[in-house]
Amino acid sequence: MINKTVVNVQQACKGVQDGMTFMLGGFGLCGIPENAIAELVRLDVKKVTCISNNAGVDDFGLGLLLQKRQIKKMISSYVGENAEFERQMLSGELDVELIPQGTLAQRCLAAQSGVPAFYTPAGYGTEVGEGKESREFNGKMHLLEHAFNAQFSFVKAWKGDTAGNLIFKGTARNFNPNMCGAAKITVAEVEQLVPAGELDPNQIHIPGIFVQRIFQGKQYQKRIEQRTVRQL
Amino acid sequence: MLDKNQIAQRIAQEVKEGYYVNLGIGIPTLVANFVRDDIQVEFQSENGILGMGPFPFEGEEDADLINAGKQTITALKGASYFDSATSFSMIRGQHVDLTILGAMEVSQNGDIANWKIPGKMVKGMGGAMDLVASAENIIVAMMHTNRAGQSKLLKQCSLPLTGVNCVKKIVSNLAVLEVVDGKFKLLERAPGVSVSQIQEATLGELIIEGEIPQMKF
Repeated sequence: MINKTVVNVQQACKGVQDGMTFMLGGFGLCGIPENAIAELVRLDVKKVTCISNNAGVDDFGLGLLLQKRQIKKMISSYVGENAEFERQMLSGELDVELIPQGTLAQRCLAAQSGVPAFYTPAGYGTEVGEGKESREFNGKMHLLEHAFNAQFSFVKAWKGDTAGNLIFKGTARNFNPNMCGAAKITVAEVEQLVPAGELDPNQIHIPGIFVQRIFQGKQYQKRIEQRTVRQL
Repeated sequence: MLDKNQIAQRIAQEVKEGYYVNLGIGIPTLVANFVRDDIQVEFQSENGILGMGPFPFEGEEDADLINAGKQTITALKGASYFDSATSFSMIRGQHVDLTILGAMEVSQNGDIANWKIPGKMVKGMGGAMDLVASAENIIVAMMHTNRAGQSKLLKQCSLPLTGVNCVKKIVSNLAVLEVVDGKFKLLERAPGVSVSQIQEATLGELIIEGEIPQMKF
């Protein structure tokens, strides 16, 4: 087996530079690569473009990079929970491209699977379609959307092995599998890292070929954004 | 006039045996509380679960198990988890039978606006554009008028659109309406609400045919 392990998050993020485009998994704060984000904050890389469904909250997730003005551009589908984000966007400090969630996922998948572009009905007739090539299929209009082009993907899985095979948990899966192999280098952080051979091959969600670097993350906070309970 | 729970309760009557249903944030989320328990229905949340259950009891919250509104949830027996691309394959591929979502404005030809108020509020469209572009069956849950008392059922939307010609049915605090031939057809009125009250609260063109029945609960 090819060993994909790196000793720590510093090694995992080696090569990260100002001006790069990053993909970051997660939906809200669920399944975000907490360790990689902390390292990007520490490295203080600037003028980066982040492809991520959301932008975190003010003091966690990608909100940490926003606070330090490290992000030049965000490509997201929903950014509603972050006041600092809204302030930077409305003041023009931050460039924001809002795109439909399914289009975001499919643009990741396209990059992962070597499909340069695809047609989708989402956004036709709206601002999202402005300036884009459109075409009719089966009597319905569609927009041409392109695969993402990023230097690094940062994903978070529940379990992984030294060969880079990944298993996700619950709805923390979300965009993480779609971003694996969708950038030049995919960095996977996992809660549990086991030797190759310990995971059941039938249960693996993402084969190790899509992952270049894997490490066991530390001190996961796994914050809950909207703690909602029912009464007994 | 209906409150939010009653709107959800009325919409729940549209959920039929064997449906896979996607519920949006806000009033639509409440619909799950009112679906008859003698029919088989599965709720999809686009962040990656089919077979979504109720909110957890205190102490049983799981950070790895949330809905599209980022609320903690539970999974029912037989539920499944999947990635975002698979989730939107279910949606774009029209495997989801019914989509229920909120709106800031709806126009009489079925356009919907619910993601942006220029210069004021920009939260993003999330999955709404994919949902409305593909779903065959879309019900909008909304208040008939905004806080200033202005109609949200218009000839043309004034806000940036989420989708065009896609809304089929609207359940508001005042009425149930269907989009037919580029107009709002009034189907039912809320208990205690008169047809003229609905006319006053609707800027788009209304089709009113015969006696309009009161909603049944």
